[in-house]
Amino acid sequence: MRQTTAFHANLEKAKRNYVLYLLLLPAFLYVLIFNYVPMYGIQLAFKDYMAGLGIWGSPWVGFEHFGRFFASPDFKDIVWNTISLSLYQLLVGFPIPILLALLINSCSRFGFKKYVQNLIYAPHFISIVVLVGMMQIMMSPRSGVINTIISSLGAEPIFFFGEEKYFRHLYVLSGVWQNMGFNSIIYISALAGVSYDMHEAAIVDGASKWKRILYIDLPSILPTAMIMLIMQVGQVMSIGFEKVYLMQNSINMPVAEIISTYIYKKGILDTDYGFSAAVGLFNNVINFTLLVIVNKFSKKTTGSSLW
Amino acid sequence: MKLSREDKIFDLINYIVLGAVSLLVLYPLYFMVIASFSSPEMVNSGQIVLVPRGVTLDGYKRLVQDANIWIGYRNTIIYTVFGTFLNIVVTVSAAFALAHRDLVGKQFFMGYFVFTMYFSGGMIPLYIVVNKIGLYNNPMVLIILGAVSVYNLIIARTFFQTTLPPELYDAAAIDGCGNFRFFIQIAVPLSKAIIAVLVVFYGVGHWNEFFNALMYISKKEYYPLQLVLREILLQSRMVEQVATEAALIDLQERQRYAELIKYGVIVVSSLPILAVYPFAQKYFVKGVMIGSVKG
Repeated sequence: MRQTTAFHANLEKAKRNYVLYLLLLPAFLYVLIFNYVPMYGIQLAFKDYMAGLGIWGSPWVGFEHFGRFFASPDFKDIVWNTISLSLYQLLVGFPIPILLALLINSCSRFGFKKYVQNLIYAPHFISIVVLVGMMQIMMSPRSGVINTIISSLGAEPIFFFGEEKYFRHLYVLSGVWQNMGFNSIIYISALAGVSYDMHEAAIVDGASKWKRILYIDLPSILPTAMIMLIMQVGQVMSIGFEKVYLMQNSINMPVAEIISTYIYKKGILDTDYGFSAAVGLFNNVINFTLLVIVNKFSKKTTGSSLW
Repeated sequence: MKLSREDKIFDLINYIVLGAVSLLVLYPLYFMVIASFSSPEMVNSGQIVLVPRGVTLDGYKRLVQDANIWIGYRNTIIYTVFGTFLNIVVTVSAAFALAHRDLVGKQFFMGYFVFTMYFSGGMIPLYIVVNKIGLYNNPMVLIILGAVSVYNLIIARTFFQTTLPPELYDAAAIDGCGNFRFFIQIAVPLSKAIIAVLVVFYGVGHWNEFFNALMYISKKEYYPLQLVLREILLQSRMVEQVATEAALIDLQERQRYAELIKYGVIVVSSLPILAVYPFAQKYFVKGVMIGSVKG
C-alpha cells in the first residue's frame, strides 16, 4: 500500500514535470541510437554478416571470428603494440604534467607564470592532422629543421619516419608536446587550493621552496594524481586511433599497427564486419574489465572511485 | 620577503626550465609561420631556422587559388557552426533536466548516460547503424555525430547543480513559473559561463574533426578541412619513401605543389582556433576545473 502511494506520488511528480523529460529527450534519443543500438550490433561478432540479411538475420557462427583472431599471426603483435605504446605513453605522459604544475605553481613572478601557462596550453588545440604534418615536416631527413640542427652538430641526419625504432618515441614525445600543458591544468587548480597558511608556517620554520614543494605541494595533489593515474591505467587498451593511423607508413607498420587501426582496416576497408566486430568486442571487454578492477582497487586504497 | 640563497638558486633553475619548456612549445608553431613566408628552396635546403628568408607570398597565393582548400574550409565552418549549435541545445537542456531536483528517475538517467562512457558497441556496429539510417556520405553526419558528449553533459549538470540553489526553484514555483519558463528565463541566462565552456570544447572538436569524416564521408565535395589537409600534408611523406628507391614523377609533381603550400595551409587552417584562443583559454580552464569537482 505504502509502496503504491509512493509510486503514485512519483508518477504525479513526473507528470507535473513532464517538461523535464521533453528537455531530456533529444540527448536520450541520441544516446539510444548512436550508443545503445550499436551495442545491440555487438552480436555481429558471433555472426557471419551478410548485408542482405541484416544484423538479426545473418547466421550464427559462434566464436569462429575470435578463434581466427587469436590464431592469426597478427594477434600477438597487435596486442603487444597497443599495450606497449600505451604504457610508454603513460610512463612519460603522466608525471610530466605534475612536474610542470609544481614548477609553475612555485613561480613567484605572476606575469611570467601567466605567460608560460597561456603558451603551453596552446598545442592542445591543434588538430592531429596538423600535428602529424608538422612532425613530418620538421623531421624530414632532407629538409627538416631538426636534422639541420643535427647535421650542424656534425652528426648524420636521422630519417625519423623511416625507421620503426623511432615510431614509439615520436608518438609519445609529440603527445607530451601537445598535451603536457593542458593536462597540468587540473594539478595547477588543485595546487591553487592549497592554503597559504601552511606555506607561511613552513617559511617561518626556514623551509626552502624546494622543501615546500616536496612536503606541502606534492602531498596535497597526490589524491588528484592517484585518480588521474587510475583512470589512465583503466584506459590502457583504448589508445586513440587518429594519430597512430596518420603516423603509419609501410616501414613502421610492424610496431605501429594497434587494435583500433587493425579494426578499421579489417572492417571498413576489407568489409570483414563480423571479424572486425569480434576484435572490437575483445578490446572493449578487456577495457571494461580493466576499468572495473582499477576502480575497485581505487575505492579500496584511496576511497575515490568512478561509480 | 627576503629570499635565501637556496631559494634564489631554485628560482633561477625554475625560470630556466620553464623558459626552455615554453620555447620548446613555441618553436614548432613559430617555425611553421616563418616557413610559410619564406622561399621554398630556402626552407627545403634547411636554411630557415630562426628568421624568414627570401620572403615571399607565393605559397599563400597558390593556396588562395586552390579550390579544394576553400571547399574544405567552407564545409568545416558549416559543420562547426551548426554542429556546435546542436551540441549546445541538446547538452544544456539535458543537463538542466538532470540537475533539476524534481526529476523522477534521475539515478536511472544518469546511469543510462554514464554507462556509455565506459562501454560501447565499437567501430563496426556504429558504422553499420550510421549506414542504415542513411547518414553515410551525408554531410549531416558531421553535424549530428557527437551531438552530446557525456563528459560535457556531466560538466554542465554539475554547473547547474551548483548555480541553481533550491530556494530559486521554490521562488519560481511560488511565482507560478513553470519548468520551461524557468529553464529559458532563469537557468539559461545564468549559465552563460558554462555555455562558453561548451562552445569552446565542442567547437574545437568540430573544427579538428577527422575520424568521423574519414569513416563516413568519401565524396570530395563534403570533405571537411582536415581531410583536405591530410591529402596535402601527408602525401609528401609517401614520396619521401619511394624517392629512396625510385622516383615517381607524378607524385613528385604533386609533392612540389604540396611543398609550396603546406606551411601556409597549416597556418591558415589553425588560424581560426589561434584567433579565438586568447578569449577561449580562460573558459576551457574553467571547464576542466568544473569537471574535476565531480571527480
